Amino acid sequence: MSISLRDQACVSGIGETIYMRGSSSSAFELQIESSLSAIADAGLSPKDIDGIIPIGIVSGTADDFIENFGMPDLRFSALIPHGGASPVMALQCAAAAVATGACNHVLITFGRNVTGVSNNRAGARIHGMPQFHYVTEFEYPIGAAAPAQLYAPMARRHMELYGTTSDHFAEVAIACREHALLNDNAIMKKPITLEDHRNSRMISDPFRLLDCSLESDGGAAIVVSSAERAADLRQKKVYISGVAEGHPDMPGSITQRPDMTSLGIAKAARRAFEMAQVSHADVDLVELYDCFTYVVIRQLEDLGFCKKGEGGPFIEGGRLRLGGELPCNTHGGLLSQAHVWGLNHVVELVRQLRGQAGRAQVRDARVGLVTGYGDMGDGAVAILRN
Amino acid sequence: MEVISKPVPQDVELSRPYWQAAARGELVLQRCSDCGKIRHYPRLLCDACYSRRSDFVPASGQGKVHSWTITHHVFHKAFAAEVPYALVTVDLAEGVRALGRWDGGELSIGVPVQAYFNLSQGTPELRFRVA
Repeated sequence: MSISLRDQACVSGIGETIYMRGSSSSAFELQIESSLSAIADAGLSPKDIDGIIPIGIVSGTADDFIENFGMPDLRFSALIPHGGASPVMALQCAAAAVATGACNHVLITFGRNVTGVSNNRAGARIHGMPQFHYVTEFEYPIGAAAPAQLYAPMARRHMELYGTTSDHFAEVAIACREHALLNDNAIMKKPITLEDHRNSRMISDPFRLLDCSLESDGGAAIVVSSAERAADLRQKKVYISGVAEGHPDMPGSITQRPDMTSLGIAKAARRAFEMAQVSHADVDLVELYDCFTYVVIRQLEDLGFCKKGEGGPFIEGGRLRLGGELPCNTHGGLLSQAHVWGLNHVVELVRQLRGQAGRAQVRDARVGLVTGYGDMGDGAVAILRN
Repeated sequence: MEVISKPVPQDVELSRPYWQAAARGELVLQRCSDCGKIRHYPRLLCDACYSRRSDFVPASGQGKVHSWTITHHVFHKAFAAEVPYALVTVDLAEGVRALGRWDGGELSIGVPVQAYFNLSQGTPELRFRVA
């Protein structure tokens, strides 16, 4: 017998620090600040939290939270080691935990400071991570050091096979930047044009500077509660209607992946839509993990919003911009708001579904989709509704 | 002046035969001793028959371009004098892929290439040239 997680859990609290570059706070301080904010937003006390999923191992552990919060009885903890896919994978884990009664309120929390610790930057960081040992052994020594270099061949192959262009990438960057300009808590403050994108310096072809996400400092956190408990809490209920994770074949190295343009999210998407019992046409907005512009285009294909290879033309005409048919990354995304491993995408979707998204509010938003994407292909997708 | 060295592969027992052959300029690939399936990068188990027995066999070095990137940004100071440089992903004739440095020439999917190792630096550097 199996139970469906559909609508069994809600995101009951959200919290974020100010996002910036050059923060003097440690990753753990940022994580604590956003956690307290999310817990207060839910109308809970830190002692009410009885489940925790810290994202990554770059800041506080479950034990750190027990000690700092004086938690009397933490009943559930998990660690999900899949980089930027972890926050949305954590939604599945937390929903399962509260649906089965293992605990009532799960804190999903992340903090990051790349300023103080130079080896926290992505280019250096990945070579110390066990899941990248093949990259470290076979690819790093010949000069493939950073994610931009490792992802670029995926994008290049997509361009060669399907005619996707750098101008398509630019449209993703411009949409995110437009949205960031509506968000006081976004790092990037200046508008960009297609010309700016074309003129931005080449990082690793085909990726230009404006195709790459930010490195930034900050913390983000959410609370997941059982739907029953959430009814008594402060905020309008936002249900986790569908959630799933998926992994690519040969996840450890893009080089060895049978189809390097296919992501783990392709396996997860159908499961999430089936669980939520919604169709693509029901989705009012999406928050898609955007470590690079290309990855947004590819995810739209793997999610089934368009056919494989048609992601470039699909986003033409401002479809992803506010006012378009499928507003995407209404907070500015990793490209223009901040990079906190995509937990900011979950926070933003909840804000939208509560009607609290300010100038970036998508009118009458009922159903939204958020993805996490990490470690070069692991993926997760969640469909939330109000 | 401080000299920044290129990163070197850690000594991993599983792939030691690969690097030993590479140091002689030979490209070898791990093969399951039971079912014969070639796998790359080296790993503990054959994912077809779950045998742990494996050996390393010479590869033809022949392949075709699968994709590529041309790096302009200096991500690691040891490569500062080499930018821009191309990294090419190659479908080897043996059915697995390899990432190597590109000698130059027009890049497009399917271009036939030949692998070799540049032994002029500390670590054998896998490179590809137009076949």
